[in-house]
Amino acid sequence: MGVQPQDPTPPATPGVSRRTAIRMIAVGSAGVAAGVGLTAVVARRDRGAARPRFFFSPREEATLAAFCEQLIPGDDVPGAVEAGVIDFIDLQLVGPHSRFQGLYRAGILSLQNTSLRLHGLPFEDLDGPVQTELVSRVEKGSCPADLWGDPSASAFFGVVLDHTRQGFYGSPRHGGNRGYASYRMMGLAYPNLIGQNRYPAERG
Amino acid sequence: MPLPRVNVVVVGAGAGGGVVAKELAEAGLTVVLMERGDWPHYDRHNDDELVSQRSPALGNPYGPDDARYRRVVVNPGGSTSVVLPSEGAYSNNAGCVGGGTVSCGAMAWRYMPQDFRMRSTYGAVEGSTLEDWPLGYDDLEPYYEKAEYEFGVAGDYSENPFGAPRRRPFPMPAFPYNREGRQVVEATRRLGLHPFPIPMLRNSVPYNGRPACIHMRSCVGFACPVDAKSGSQNTVIPRALATGNCELRTGCVVAEIKVDDRGRARAVRYFDPEGRGWEQECDLVVVSASATETARLLLNSKSKLFPNGAGNNHDWVGRNFQGHGYTGAFGISEGEVYEEAGPGATVAICDYNHGNPGLVGGGMLANEFIVLPYSFCDVRPPGEPRWGKAHKDFQRRYYKRIMRLYGPVQEIPNFSARVEVDPAVRDAWGIPVCRLSGGRHPYDQKLGEFMSANAERILKEMGATRTWRGRFGTGLSGGQHQAGTCRMGNDPATSVTNRFGQVHGIDNLFVADASLHVTNGGFNPVLTIMALAYWVSGHIASGWKGGGFR
Repeated sequence: MGVQPQDPTPPATPGVSRRTAIRMIAVGSAGVAAGVGLTAVVARRDRGAARPRFFFSPREEATLAAFCEQLIPGDDVPGAVEAGVIDFIDLQLVGPHSRFQGLYRAGILSLQNTSLRLHGLPFEDLDGPVQTELVSRVEKGSCPADLWGDPSASAFFGVVLDHTRQGFYGSPRHGGNRGYASYRMMGLAYPNLIGQNRYPAERG
Repeated sequence: MPLPRVNVVVVGAGAGGGVVAKELAEAGLTVVLMERGDWPHYDRHNDDELVSQRSPALGNPYGPDDARYRRVVVNPGGSTSVVLPSEGAYSNNAGCVGGGTVSCGAMAWRYMPQDFRMRSTYGAVEGSTLEDWPLGYDDLEPYYEKAEYEFGVAGDYSENPFGAPRRRPFPMPAFPYNREGRQVVEATRRLGLHPFPIPMLRNSVPYNGRPACIHMRSCVGFACPVDAKSGSQNTVIPRALATGNCELRTGCVVAEIKVDDRGRARAVRYFDPEGRGWEQECDLVVVSASATETARLLLNSKSKLFPNGAGNNHDWVGRNFQGHGYTGAFGISEGEVYEEAGPGATVAICDYNHGNPGLVGGGMLANEFIVLPYSFCDVRPPGEPRWGKAHKDFQRRYYKRIMRLYGPVQEIPNFSARVEVDPAVRDAWGIPVCRLSGGRHPYDQKLGEFMSANAERILKEMGATRTWRGRFGTGLSGGQHQAGTCRMGNDPATSVTNRFGQVHGIDNLFVADASLHVTNGGFNPVLTIMALAYWVSGHIASGWKGGGFR
């Protein structure tokens, strides 16, 4: 059940530095330059290479990826990481979920320190069953009190669980649910074309 | 440069305001219809579950937005939280042309006669402001009918013995039952209950120049891609504009109703899309901004005779805030029941709305709208793991096997559930925001448990292999069914408006939305909001003396 996070190094997208890409996202669709920048980002994704990161450091990403993969593990269907949940959370943290930046920064650090204190290893390097047990403790809030402040362990768990579900089950336009993985898993016809269900052959 | 004076300013282009604008414009009055939001566009958010009016994880597609709007919620312990429109505690409905009618589930219920006289039917309930409406079902019946025909409702009450009397049939035939609905029909009939098709503000056949429903699974929470859902944005508002007497101003946020020293509304102060402030002078004002925002606007409109807000000299504005607790039960079916035909809710029973031994009121039960994958994560029996392999297995095994019977429970109003304006927090325009406090009356839990038990019994009869009951919390109720904050009544000391929605003491200020509801029925409220708006408009039009009111 161990997880190998994707290459955690934020890539220098050709011609577009990470900082520039953030700025371009921030200004939205204004101007041609933004269009070029976003095209470059999309092109990288299509090649299946590591994604550019807007918020997480490589260390944070490695820890969070292992945590999210515990929440929705991979089997014959992709798990959280393969379905793009980390891409989703990272992107939304510089968008609609920006109010959760502090929670992630502090919560991931608390998680890392908890793992080191209890097991002497980074969370992402723990064996699967040990990770599962630690995630349970985070959910219940039964972690060393001095390592968790704001957010509390259970508050951190609640937010990450919700965002993981959003990334796994939401529309792919937001960076997650890559290849409609969750829709395929649940047997839902997708994309949801207007009028498709008027034709028997297309019925899900 | 001052704006040209008009006869009427209507605040809010939702279920109520759209009707008022159309009725008064057709009666020959000049109308400005103010809407803080924009015209809705299906293509901007299409079927995106994370930007749905029902699950706005990343924002509300049909407003309001997280950037400019805030509310304050008073927590049970007394502390306060600032909340965003995409958070549940905000108690959002919508902010766009059409309001909630764009993205609602479109159930088109008439309240039952008993719903208008809860106090005389059931007596007083301790700790409650339960009261009769100052009008009865018979008063409203012609306006229900008008709403059904002008908007377009598909339905058939021939098998509903509890349906209120009606003079004309529905304008469109009912929708057929879906796969789950057919099972509900069989099981409820075996139990001696009375299933019938849910009346819907949705075209079952082409109607009023709009096509028939194409059954998208993403229906409730979304706009309709073919305009088969009947909202004010595709019915009464276009008709209002076609008269030439109505101007719709989108992106305009009303801050205050200016009430003069003699107690007459003379203008509204508002901000245009560029943030510039204006005063629009008028002969009368109709507020249709929803139970939260209508109360806020009245409270923010202080004047010499009404120092605590328009119509608030007896401290009733914002009181009796209510909505609907939703509950029922879930069941897992032996085989698949999912059908790729939205919106999914097709059958209802009204056996439990009234006449439940020893209980005050009750509610309607219906099979549920299709639940999309993210929201389905919360459809779980008690004790089921929330994550890990167990979570994933539940999603793939049971998504197409879940049956659900759910419905709105008629709430018992209480005085302490309220909307105020916050003394400190302001929105992007500097207007004091809503401050929500209080909770549900404890009685609601009793009704909820009763309804859940009934639903579970039906699901067992349907052959569910496993069942569990839903429940709702004890906190404040509001959301899309928000109501009650400007109660209509005959006594100015215990209500905000008279039976025509006219604010006590301010003859040219009216309310026309669910704020007027004394009680909120055991049904989705939208058709009642529309009917009341026709009723209020009829009163205004008949009292209009050309250039003045009365």
